[in-house]
Amino acid sequence: METIQQYFVQFFGTQWGSMLFSLATNMIFIFAIVVPLLLGVAYLTFAERKIIAYMQIRVGPNRVTFFGIPWLRGWGQPIADAVKAIMKEIIIPTGANKFLFVLAPVLTIMPALAAWAVIPFSPELVLADINAGLLYILAMTSMGIYGVIIAGWASNSKYAFLGAMRSAAQVVSYELAMGFALVCVLMLSQSLNIGDIVSGQEGGSLLNWYLIPLFPMFLVYLISGVAETNRAPFDVAEGESEIVAGFHVDYSGMAFTVFFLAEYANMILVATLTSIMFLGGWLPPVDVMPFTLIPGFVWLLLKIAFILFFFLWFRATFPRYRYDQIMRLGWKVFIPITLIWIVVLGLIMQLPESVRSVFPLNIWF
Amino acid sequence: MNRIKKFFSTFLLFELLKGMAVTGKYLFKPKITVHYPEEKTPQSPRFRGLHALRRYPNGEERCIACKLCEAVCPAMAITIESEQREDGTRRTTRYDIDLSKCIFCGFCEESCPVDSIVETRILEYHCEKREDFIYTKEMLLAVGDRYEEQIAKDRQIDARYR
Repeated sequence: METIQQYFVQFFGTQWGSMLFSLATNMIFIFAIVVPLLLGVAYLTFAERKIIAYMQIRVGPNRVTFFGIPWLRGWGQPIADAVKAIMKEIIIPTGANKFLFVLAPVLTIMPALAAWAVIPFSPELVLADINAGLLYILAMTSMGIYGVIIAGWASNSKYAFLGAMRSAAQVVSYELAMGFALVCVLMLSQSLNIGDIVSGQEGGSLLNWYLIPLFPMFLVYLISGVAETNRAPFDVAEGESEIVAGFHVDYSGMAFTVFFLAEYANMILVATLTSIMFLGGWLPPVDVMPFTLIPGFVWLLLKIAFILFFFLWFRATFPRYRYDQIMRLGWKVFIPITLIWIVVLGLIMQLPESVRSVFPLNIWF
Repeated sequence: MNRIKKFFSTFLLFELLKGMAVTGKYLFKPKITVHYPEEKTPQSPRFRGLHALRRYPNGEERCIACKLCEAVCPAMAITIESEQREDGTRRTTRYDIDLSKCIFCGFCEESCPVDSIVETRILEYHCEKREDFIYTKEMLLAVGDRYEEQIAKDRQIDARYR
């Protein structure tokens, strides 16, 4: 590392050399995050098809393989799908606003990828260790809805517009519950820095994770996350049986694929945030010998996979919510629960020191 | 009391967990999918697939051009023309089945007095042009010659019920 920096300084001069060096390292880091992420997205679609198929006593995709290896059957499916999507024509409807139509998928996937900048994979491994990390994440996850609204508007179609409106209302409603759930995390960790939030859950075992004191918030966050990413059972924005495919009816080929990627990237992001905020991020469940040997990012990946499995499980199990039920759940159930829990948490934190050091409370407060 | 019970079961997501338990159990159940090209579902001896024209064991074609099948065909997929042969018997000169019209009802097979036109178990065939869907007498006879063993066996099994 040092020697490479030396080369840069020698080649470009002191000022430019160090700047270009940090630029180059950041670019490499960004690629190291985004490329595995997109691969993960591709294989998440495969996992979804497989798991949902298994829950419906089918077998799912099992034909496409690599080099004819029989035990890899089905694993080539995401690659085949990607190739198919690239080969297809992008049709821009005559009535569409061309600029916004093309911009919308970009606006959808951009925040889903940008939010990864502040995600810590292990104590040292984070692209941007900023102190307002949680705020940045809230800002980025809210940005995604602009792409959906713009797509619905630019398509100049009733169904797309309806889907976009539904999606906007839904995401805005659940944003509130999600934000309040994160406020609880913030109160416990006393920090907006994501790395600090994870290290706040350190202390020997999974008892220290925020999952336990904030269990209702965990549920609220998980369910809001499902609603936020427009996944079943909250997928009224897509609603294939009601409004064809919602905001992306008029998209085809790669433009549609970008929406698709964004949806799954958002799923992975929400799963990551859940595991960071509530399941202790890179921390092993128990701080004993065999578990501590496994590196931190493996634990993080395992937790992400666990949460993602739940996402797929939900989709295989629940029928779609009616629209007014979604709104009722968001405004009349989740927001009151989160507000009450914030007050309860605040009261506990204001208890005198002698009470807070009694057994179960002393773990978290 | 009931309301309290309901309140708790709602907030503990009891019913949702019950639903998830069901799908979770099905995740590990044996799968019922038939892996088509490698595995096939069992076929009845009465299966109605591609048509065939049969011959007698001495090589004489069975069809006597009675045109019952042409008359009974609800889709009017069969076209027959006939002439007298040198030995005085009536034989078809043309026997076409338009498979794009055929609905595979099996009426032709039922109406045939000499068991000439039959439907075989073949279902994996395809055509790339519309003209290819018209199966002529020669093609139907060829199908019959090729699968005669199977056709005869299926008729044997089904003979009791005819």
